[in-house]
Amino acid sequence: MIVGKSYARVDAYDKASGRTKYTEDLCDRHALVAKIKHSNVAHAIVKSVDISEAEKVPGVVKVLTCFDAPDCLFPTAGHPWSTEESHQDICDRNVLTKHVRYYGDDVAAVIAEDDIAANRAIKLIKVEYEVLPFVLDAQEAMKDGAPQLHEKYKNNVLAHTQIKKGNYEEAIKEPGLIKVEGWYETPTVQHCHIENAICYAWEDNGRIYVTASTQIPHITKRCIAQALGVEWGKIRLFKPYIGGGFGNKQDALYEPLCAWLTTQVGGRLVKLDCQREETFANNRVRHAIRYHIISWLRDDGTLAARKVECFSNQGAYASHGHSICAKGLGSFNQLYPCENFEGDGWTIFTNRQVAGAMRGYGMPQAVFAVEAHTEDICTKLNLDPIEYRRKTVMPVGYVDAFSKNELYSDTFNQCLDKGIKYIDFERKRKEYANQTGDVRRGIGVSLLWYNTAVWPIALETSSCRMVMNQDGSIQVQVGETEIGQGADTAYTQMAAETLGLPFEKVHVVSCQDTDVTPFGTGAYASRQTYTAGMGVRGCAEAFKQHILEVAYRYTRMQPYLMDIKDGNIVRTTDGRVLMTLGELATKTLYDREHNEHLTMEKTTQIKSNAYSFGCCFAEVEVDIPMCQVKLLNIINVHDAGILINPALAEAQVHGGMSMGIGFALSEKMLYDEKTGKLLNGNLLDYKLSTMMDHPHLEAQFVENAEPTSAYGTKGLGEPPVCPVSSAIRNAILNATGVAFNELPIRPHLMYEKFSQAGLF
Amino acid sequence: MYDVEAIYEAKTVAEAIKLRQEHPKAVIIAGGSDVLIKIREGKLAGCELISIYGVDEIRGVKLEDDGTLRIGSLTSFSHITKNELIQKYINVLGEAVDKVGGPQIRAIGTIGGNTCNGVTSADSASTLMAWDAIIELTGPEGVRRVPIEKFYLGAGKVDIHEGEIQTGVLIPKTSYENCKGHYIKYGMRNAMEIATTGCSVNVRLSPDKKIVERLRIGYGVAAPVPIRAHKTEEKFNSAPVSMQTAEGISKAVLEDVNPRDSWRASKDMRLHLCSEMAKRAFIEAVRLCGGEI
Amino acid sequence: MAQYKLVTCTINGKKRSAMVDVRASLTDMLRNDYGLTSVKKGCEVGECGACAVIIDGESFNSCIYLAIWADGKNITTLEGLTHEDGTLSDIQQAFVDETAIQCGFCSPGFMIEAESFLQNGKIYTDDELRKLLSGHLCRCTGYENILRAVKKVMHSRAKTE
Repeated sequence: MIVGKSYARVDAYDKASGRTKYTEDLCDRHALVAKIKHSNVAHAIVKSVDISEAEKVPGVVKVLTCFDAPDCLFPTAGHPWSTEESHQDICDRNVLTKHVRYYGDDVAAVIAEDDIAANRAIKLIKVEYEVLPFVLDAQEAMKDGAPQLHEKYKNNVLAHTQIKKGNYEEAIKEPGLIKVEGWYETPTVQHCHIENAICYAWEDNGRIYVTASTQIPHITKRCIAQALGVEWGKIRLFKPYIGGGFGNKQDALYEPLCAWLTTQVGGRLVKLDCQREETFANNRVRHAIRYHIISWLRDDGTLAARKVECFSNQGAYASHGHSICAKGLGSFNQLYPCENFEGDGWTIFTNRQVAGAMRGYGMPQAVFAVEAHTEDICTKLNLDPIEYRRKTVMPVGYVDAFSKNELYSDTFNQCLDKGIKYIDFERKRKEYANQTGDVRRGIGVSLLWYNTAVWPIALETSSCRMVMNQDGSIQVQVGETEIGQGADTAYTQMAAETLGLPFEKVHVVSCQDTDVTPFGTGAYASRQTYTAGMGVRGCAEAFKQHILEVAYRYTRMQPYLMDIKDGNIVRTTDGRVLMTLGELATKTLYDREHNEHLTMEKTTQIKSNAYSFGCCFAEVEVDIPMCQVKLLNIINVHDAGILINPALAEAQVHGGMSMGIGFALSEKMLYDEKTGKLLNGNLLDYKLSTMMDHPHLEAQFVENAEPTSAYGTKGLGEPPVCPVSSAIRNAILNATGVAFNELPIRPHLMYEKFSQAGLF
Repeated sequence: MYDVEAIYEAKTVAEAIKLRQEHPKAVIIAGGSDVLIKIREGKLAGCELISIYGVDEIRGVKLEDDGTLRIGSLTSFSHITKNELIQKYINVLGEAVDKVGGPQIRAIGTIGGNTCNGVTSADSASTLMAWDAIIELTGPEGVRRVPIEKFYLGAGKVDIHEGEIQTGVLIPKTSYENCKGHYIKYGMRNAMEIATTGCSVNVRLSPDKKIVERLRIGYGVAAPVPIRAHKTEEKFNSAPVSMQTAEGISKAVLEDVNPRDSWRASKDMRLHLCSEMAKRAFIEAVRLCGGEI
Repeated sequence: MAQYKLVTCTINGKKRSAMVDVRASLTDMLRNDYGLTSVKKGCEVGECGACAVIIDGESFNSCIYLAIWADGKNITTLEGLTHEDGTLSDIQQAFVDETAIQCGFCSPGFMIEAESFLQNGKIYTDDELRKLLSGHLCRCTGYENILRAVKKVMHSRAKTE
C-alpha cells in the first residue's frame, strides 16, 4: 500500500534547501513596478484625479486612473463559472474604481522603474472626492436610510436565504418549554499567509501572460479575461509554488489589474507585489458574522424548535458573497437536527474591505455560534456537556435531503471518546468545579461537522493527465493546486497506488500553466483529496487499462490476465514478471509499426460529497485580574476517512488548530469608526499567534473509510479550524462562569466582562 | 529599497559628531529597527541618514572605576541580556529588554535607539526610569549627562542637542547596590509585542528584610513618556514588607499614572492593569531581595 | 542621484564583493545581487522573520538591516547550510523528516534561526526553544512540527558533542 503511508513531501527537499522558486523569485528583477493609489476615504465618488505631479517623478513610466480603466465589470470569486446567469458570480468590480466603497479602494496606479519612484508618485497623485456617508456594521447597513453601496442591492442586502422545516411558530407553543437565546459574534480576521499576494504580467505574441501566487489558476485566468473584456483564450496564467493561501488566494486579487497595466505599457513586464499592509487592508478577509439563536427545549434538553438568524458582513464587493453565510446557516440543522427549524441568512454589503473565502468558509463562525449555544443550553439546564452532545447530535444513518450526504458510522462518539481519554476530561471537569481565587482552570469541548467539496451547489470536476516516460515513470497533471497542504504528495501516492508504480516513479507537475494543465478549478473547499482523488483515480484506471492493452502487443497475454505491480507488467495467473513498464514504454514509443506515446487524459465529474467530523477539547488557565488566558492543553480529533498520508494529515490539523486558537483568543481586525480605516493592518498589531502562544497541539484521528470516496478519504484542510474557538470559549466559561459570546476573547473583552461579572 | 536621499556613515563618535554638524537635518540611525520602518511607512521617506551602526566604541557594558555601570548606547538588547555585569547588578534590565519583539529584533535593536526615539512603550525605558539611569550625550562641546527623567521631553521628543549623539546609559552604584527589581510587560501575545503597559519595580530592603528602605516604580505607556510613580514611592518608602503594603501600592499608583484611551486599550483597562502589575512586580521584587510576603 | 558603496563580505563561506545601492536592504542585496532567494520577503519590517540570515553568529532580519552594514561581516543564508554535494544539513533533513515544512515560505527563516542557536550543542527546554523561535511567524504548521524538528537536531547534536 502506498496510500496510507507517511511519505516525505515530494517538494520537501527543494523547500528545505531553499531552492524552491515562488512568484517573486521567478520575476526578472528589471520588471517595472506597479503601485496602487488607495483611497483614504471609506465611501465616495471620485470627481477627478490630478496626476501631473506624479508623472514628473523621475523613473515613472505611466500613471493610470479609474477614468482610464476598462468599463468591464468582473467577478473575483474562486467559484466554477456557471452557464446559467442566475448562478453566476456577481460582477461588481473594475480594475480601478470611480466609486470608492471602502477605505483603501483602488483609485489609480503608477508604473515605474523601481519601487521608490512608484511610491513617490503615488503620494503625489491628488484625488478629489465627493465624500459619501459610510456604514461598517451589517445590521446598520440593512436599515432604511443607510448609505447604499451598490444600486442594485436595496438595503445593501446582497442575498437572503431562508431554511424552514416543520412549523416553528406552532412548535414553540408546547407547554413547559425552556427558552435559551443568545447572540454570538465572530470577528473579521485575515489569512496571513507569509507570502503576500503577488503577480507579474507581460504580453507575448498578442496574448497576456500572468504569473501569480494563486490557488485557482484556471478561474483567475477567466476573471482576468472578464476584467479586460478580452477572449478567455487570450490569457495564459502560470502558478508557481505558493507561500500559503488559506482562501485569500481563492479569489482574483490584483491579477486583473496587473494584466491590464501591462497592456498600457506596450506589454512590458509589470510586477504588482502586495505589501503586507496591502494584504491586510486590500485583500480578502473572513466574514464577520453575527448569529441570533433561539432554542426551545424540553426538560431533558431535547430540541422542540430552533430559530437562527445570521448577519454576514460582506464588505464592499461581492467576492464569494452569500455562499459563506449560507454554508454556515445550512449546518445548524444538520449538526443538531431539529424537527421545527427556521433559519434566515443575510449577506450585507458594508463599507469595509471585502470578505471572501477563508479556511473553513463560514464554518468556524457557525460552529462557534452553535457550540457556544449548546454549552449555554447545558449550563442553563444543568446537563452534562458530553452526554448532551452524544444524545442530540446528528445520528448515525442521517441523510441530508439536499446533498444526499450520509453519516455512515458512529464517528462523533468515537471522536469524543478519544478526546476525553487524552485530556482526562471527566476528572478535570470535577476538579475544576467551584473554584475561587484569581487564577482558575477550566476545560471545554466542541464538536465539528464539515461538508467536503461543493456539489450539488456548484460543479465538481477534476481533469487529470498522465504522460509516461521511457523509463516507465509518469508525469501527473491536475488543475487542483499545491498550496502548501501537501496535495502533490497525496496525488503522487494515489497515482502510484492505482497504477501500480513505485512512489518514486510518479512525478506530479506542481506548477500549473493554464495553456498546458488540464482544467480543474483549484484548491478550495477541502476538496483536493476527495475530488482530485477521483480525477486521479479515474485517469489512472483508464491509463492502466490502456497500458495493459498496449502490453498485449508485446506479451501476447490478454489484458485481463495482466496487472501492473511495482512498475512491472505481471501475469496475474502465476505472478510472473513479463516486462517492466520502462521496457514497454520504450518499445512502444520507438516502435516503427505501432508507435505510441503512452498518455491518458480524463475528466471526472463528481456528483457526491462527504461529511467530515471531529471534535476539540481545550483546557485553559485564566488569570482573572490580568485578563489573560493561557491555553494549557488542546486536542483535535478528526474523522476524515482514510488518511492518504498520516504525517501530512497531522500537520494539516496542527495548522488549523493554530488558526483556530488565534480566532478564539487574539486575532481581530479593528476599524476606525470615524473613518473606516483599518487600524491594525500589520503583523505587529494584528495578533497572529507566535510559537510562545501555543501549547503542544495534539492531533488524533478516527479513520472510518468514506464509502463515496476514491481512496476512502475526505476533507481535512479546513475542518481543524472550526471547533477550536468554541472549545476554548467553553473552557473559559467552565473556569470563570463567564460566557463569552464574542470572539476573540482577548484581554479587552475579558476586562469588560470580568468587570461586569464583579470578578475583580 | 529604502527611500533615502543619502547615507553618511560614521565609524567613531568624533566622526558622528562631525556628520551631525555637517548635516543637521539628517536622521541618526543606530540599529534601524525603528528608523527604517518609519522610512518605509513614508514618515521619514526621502530623509538623509547618519549611520552610527559602525561606531564600535559605544558598544558593550563595563564597570567604571567609581562603580558606575556603563552601557554603551549601541549595545544590542541581546548583548545586554547575555552580559554578566548586567546579570549581576541589574538583572531586571536584561529581562526587560529580553521581552522586546523577538530574537532577531533583539539582535539589532539598541538601548540607545530605544531611549532616543522617546517612545513610552520602550521596554527598557520603565526599568531605566526606575533605576535612575543617566543618559550620556557627546557633542562638539563635550560630554553632557542628563538624568533619564529629564531626557524625555514629550512623546517622541528627547533632549538631544544639535551635533550630539547619545553615547552611553549609566547606572550609578547607589542605584543598583543591594537592589533587585522585576519588570512586567503586558502584551496581547507572548512575543513580537509592544507593551500595552509595562511596569518595573525595584526595592532595597532593610537588613532584616522587614522594611522597604527604598521603593522605585517605573511605568511605560502610563503617560505620554515613561514615568516614575513618585507619589507612591514617597508614601511607601520605609513601609513594612507586607501584603498590606503591596495592596496599598496597587491602589496608590492610580494617583501617579495617567494612561490614555486608544484603540490598543482603554484608559480604564490600563489603569486596572497598572494597579495589578505594580502589586505583582513589587511582591516579586521583594522576593528577589530575600523578603517574604 | 543614487549612491553606491562597495560591500565586501563573506557569504556562505565565500568572500564576495559588489557595488551596492546604499538604499538597499540586506534582503535586496542577497536576493538581487547574489540570487539567494531563500531569503524571503514576508513583511519587510522585521515582524515575520522570513528573511532571517545569520550575521557573525547571530540571527538578524535582513529586511531591516542595511546592505552597507554587511561590509566585513560573515553571512549565512539557508543555501549555505546545504552541503556542497547537495545533501541536506541535519536541520534541513529534520525539517523534511518531521513534516515541519508545508508551504515552505517561512521555513528558511526557521532553519536559519535554529542553526544560529544550535551551534553550541546546548540543551534548551521547550519553553526556551519556543522563545528562541518566537521571532518567526508561520501560518501553516501551528509550529508543532517545527519545534519537533528543532528538538530532534538539538538532542542529536548534544549526543555527538
